[in-house]
Amino acid sequence: MVDAKIVNLTIEGRSVSVPEGTTILEAAKTAGILIPHYCYHPGLPIAGVCRMCLVEVEKAPKLAPSCATTVAEGQVVRVHSEKSLDARKGVLEMLLINHPLDCPICDQSGECELQDYTYQEGRNDSRYREPKRFNPAEDFGGDVIYVPNRCILCTRCVRFMDDVAHEPTLNVSERGDRALIGKFEGKDMTHPWAANVVDLCPVGALLSKDFLNKARAWELDRTASICPNCTQGCNVIMETRENQVVRMRPRPNENVNAFFMCDWGRLNYRWMNEKSRAEHPMVRGKNGLVATNWEAAISAAARVLNGKKAFIAASPMLSNESLFLLTQLMQAGGGSGTFRVTEGEEAPLPGVEDLALRRERAANVYGAEKLGFKKTKDLLGGLGQGDVLVIAGEDLAGIDASAVARAGDVIVISSVLPEAAGKASVVLPIANFSEEEGTVTNLRGRVQRFTQARQAPGETRPSWLVLGDLLGAMGKQANFFLPSEVFAKLATSNPSFAGLSYDSLGFRGLPLVDAPPTGPKAPIAVAAR
Amino acid sequence: MGYPHHPHPRETTVLSKHFGEADARTLDGWKKRGGYKALEKALGMQPVDIVNVVKESGLRGRGGAGFPTGLKWSFMKPGDGKPHYLCCNADESEPGTFKDRELMRWTPHALVEGCAIGAYAIGAETAYVYIRGEFTEPLHWMEQAVKEAYAAGIIGKNAMGTGKRIDVHVHRGAGAYICGEETALMESLEGRRGNPRIKPPFPAVSGVFGKPTTINNVETLIAAAPILMNGGDWYKKMSLSNPKSTGTKLFSVCGNVQRPGTYEVVMGFPFKEFLYDLCGGPLHGRKFKAVIPGGASVPIQTMEEAEGTLMDYEGFVAGGSMLGSGGVIVIDDAQPMVTVIARLARFFAHESCGQCTQCREGTAWTTKIVERIRDGEGTIEDLDTLLDIAEQMTGKTICVLSDSCAVPVVSGIKKFRGEFEALIQGRRFHPVTAAVA
Amino acid sequence: MTPDLVGGLESPDYASHDRAAHEPYTPVFTGAVKHELDELLTHYPTKMAALLPALWIVQRERGWVSEEGMVEVAGFLELTPAYVKGVVTFYTMYHQHPVGKYFIQVCTTSPCGICGAEDVVKALLRHTNAGELGITSQDGRFTVIEVECLGACGFATPVMVNEEFIESMTPEKVPELLARLP
Repeated sequence: MVDAKIVNLTIEGRSVSVPEGTTILEAAKTAGILIPHYCYHPGLPIAGVCRMCLVEVEKAPKLAPSCATTVAEGQVVRVHSEKSLDARKGVLEMLLINHPLDCPICDQSGECELQDYTYQEGRNDSRYREPKRFNPAEDFGGDVIYVPNRCILCTRCVRFMDDVAHEPTLNVSERGDRALIGKFEGKDMTHPWAANVVDLCPVGALLSKDFLNKARAWELDRTASICPNCTQGCNVIMETRENQVVRMRPRPNENVNAFFMCDWGRLNYRWMNEKSRAEHPMVRGKNGLVATNWEAAISAAARVLNGKKAFIAASPMLSNESLFLLTQLMQAGGGSGTFRVTEGEEAPLPGVEDLALRRERAANVYGAEKLGFKKTKDLLGGLGQGDVLVIAGEDLAGIDASAVARAGDVIVISSVLPEAAGKASVVLPIANFSEEEGTVTNLRGRVQRFTQARQAPGETRPSWLVLGDLLGAMGKQANFFLPSEVFAKLATSNPSFAGLSYDSLGFRGLPLVDAPPTGPKAPIAVAAR
Repeated sequence: MGYPHHPHPRETTVLSKHFGEADARTLDGWKKRGGYKALEKALGMQPVDIVNVVKESGLRGRGGAGFPTGLKWSFMKPGDGKPHYLCCNADESEPGTFKDRELMRWTPHALVEGCAIGAYAIGAETAYVYIRGEFTEPLHWMEQAVKEAYAAGIIGKNAMGTGKRIDVHVHRGAGAYICGEETALMESLEGRRGNPRIKPPFPAVSGVFGKPTTINNVETLIAAAPILMNGGDWYKKMSLSNPKSTGTKLFSVCGNVQRPGTYEVVMGFPFKEFLYDLCGGPLHGRKFKAVIPGGASVPIQTMEEAEGTLMDYEGFVAGGSMLGSGGVIVIDDAQPMVTVIARLARFFAHESCGQCTQCREGTAWTTKIVERIRDGEGTIEDLDTLLDIAEQMTGKTICVLSDSCAVPVVSGIKKFRGEFEALIQGRRFHPVTAAVA
Repeated sequence: MTPDLVGGLESPDYASHDRAAHEPYTPVFTGAVKHELDELLTHYPTKMAALLPALWIVQRERGWVSEEGMVEVAGFLELTPAYVKGVVTFYTMYHQHPVGKYFIQVCTTSPCGICGAEDVVKALLRHTNAGELGITSQDGRFTVIEVECLGACGFATPVMVNEEFIESMTPEKVPELLARLP
């Protein structure tokens, strides 16, 4: 698009310059004008059917669908003229004539575009006096429920399954006012990316079974984060209600996940709400582990580590910041670090280049390797006799206590106390992924920030803070007050991270200096077939 | 000819000359009547010269829109390296229209010939004839004619021995009025739901299978042969009123009239004489009340409007309506207009593809209101609501089905408001004259 | 009316279709029928384009288009069953459930409506004992439905009995029509 000709036009009195071929709707966005629409979605082919985005184009005989009309030099577009407003009012009234108006019991209420635009510019009353059509709700399988009475037939869901998932599971059945979204008996919405239709649905017609009745939209706190569940690093919004993560939804990033995230990642959030946590710093006394204060626990850990060789079993869920500080621990005593990663089947989303649920199911595999941790299947294989074993975020699942016995001493820096770490002499409880701030590096070497979505329980502290204090107590490092300071230190120590900072990363991320130049592209909106 | 009646002396039969002659359906019979001479001539010409002859003739699309055929053909750029397609729109579904049905059931070879000429003229090797699913008889004859033409080497790999390839395939629809809309037809032909496409791109750029396509009505394509044989000038001279409307036109007449049927007259023929003379006037003891002259999608004419109309593209517009597809629906004074309009609205609601909001919801809503008025449950506010819905349904959707539903409602309320008000005020419709023998 | 045509067109053997509705599905596209489909595919640059004709074949062979039929067609044309079903439900002429031996469609759109089509419908419902639109008569012989414009408005009221097109039907001619159906 570098060579694309620039077209100049006027939208709502503002001058806009955009590349040739841009639609009026997208051009208006660049001027900060949102043209109301339903069927249009930048990640899907254009349908042009809802007729909501009609705008007045000077000298054109009819109102133009702005989603399907490309800009022309000198064009004068009116989005909020009387004619356009009247047409949209008409569409809104028609969309509501058969709608059950059941907002009080609808999951979408509060984040419903039908609600929003009706409040914004719809009629106060309806002139419809006839019986409403009715179709029962249907379980579409997977995580999806369909409530046809609320459906506005925008066909975003059908186009997603056809043109992005490449598995036409949904259709428009029947025609005219009898039309509704349908599927084939026995062929469910089990495609690994199918639940995106719930996000795409602008109204309350497609709902998530998982989220059903969990919260009203206005009760949610929303946090920009990264999906921790595989190495793709899909940008997400983590939503909490009363400090519980209740939903993850994709946050657009054309370089990573376009507008989508997979079902597995989306639904795999319950572990972040884990109730049985290590909540207090503990030190081993005569009668086993006893709770103590942070100062005492940190000094105890520093004493254990000082002058010893540390073997670090890290979790690839940890942030770049924490892994970086762990490498400082290693270097202090000439130790080493290792990690393992859970694997599953890769499940690509064919309509978007280089986007998949990845085989490796953790957020920071690439970062861990980059920072010098060795990926292994035998987590404790390299543990030398008498080494200090530092368990950092690892749950030691499936590992026998006897494997740990080789260690001279054990320090646990985790959110959950692993059973196999029974002989630990110090436990430093840390926040989990949803409770702290940091960065992770995805499989293409893109560094992305995540922020704190929920309050950590008890006396738990963020991992970077705990590790910084520990290094401080060992006299190796100044204490840190912010994760951005840790990252700044990382950027000056590791050439791959050179020049990066929280400010430059923003919330869209940046590739490592030596990352291969690849990345997914948003599916390009094309004209209807 | 006014099939099923004998030709009326005031008709000019060019396309309908052989209606009723069973022999004309066979290849031999058609050849005896001069068939395939035009194709032979065409294949000896340069495509551009064919297009020019058609341009000169002034032939305009007979499906409803009246777009100049030669100009449409000239949009197909030769030598663009892409396959071109010709689609013949034989999805005749406009209520009141049945001329293409007669053309195909009596002169199927004329359409094969027309398709072959058209395909050659636009640089296409394949022509598809999309016939509506209900036309079992025309389908039968068309399939037979295509088979005969293939067997005789008239079409196929080496059409008439010229080395040129022209394939003609008959494709059966399955019950959807909307597939008569050109882009919906292409979607349907591709094996999809018959949803009209957004234009642009226009078919000449990206039509069926995404390739440059020309789509013509049955009558338009059949007219190409006599134009080639007799010259553009001959056709152009057949015009009784406006020089922009040339040639003969088939009008199919139905409803409350003495002699319903298909009539062929020169463009510009006086509508009054057509109705009373050719079609025999009203049924015994009845009077004409209204006419829908161009299929269900065009405005209803009062008799005063109809009687002053000249039958061509411009004449019908001047008379408050449109030529449309040439389907003349005659309504007499025994018919309650509200019932007629309610039934038309129901038709459009049934046939809406349901893509666009205004059409999907508007056609059904309109139907419910008009039916409620018909049943004596209407209010005076309903009329304003109807007109407002009609406004929302006009000029705002991908195709014009929505507009078509609004047309009879708006023209009906405007021209026959009294009948609506009477029902709203609780008065049942009584036919004006009771003197039926 | 064109006398040389009545009964001249082949009508599928609908008698076998009632049985088909209750028996396990047997594939349609085998042997000669498969060849017919293969030949059809040569007409189009895409497989999908053969969908409407393929569904017509299923209906001809089985009397209706069952979900199993849709799955079979989907397999041959490399489509998903959901896609095929979306197409089937768009077009009114594909039967999605078994119908009577004689499927009778009566045009009742305005041009026929003003010429007495309603009376033809009533007469058909009465004489076939179907009683109600869309309901198959007890003996399994007749299903009567109203349809939109059949495109023979000058021959009001047109009626289709299976694939046979009958013009100018009147209530009086209904018994005669039914009597000649075997």
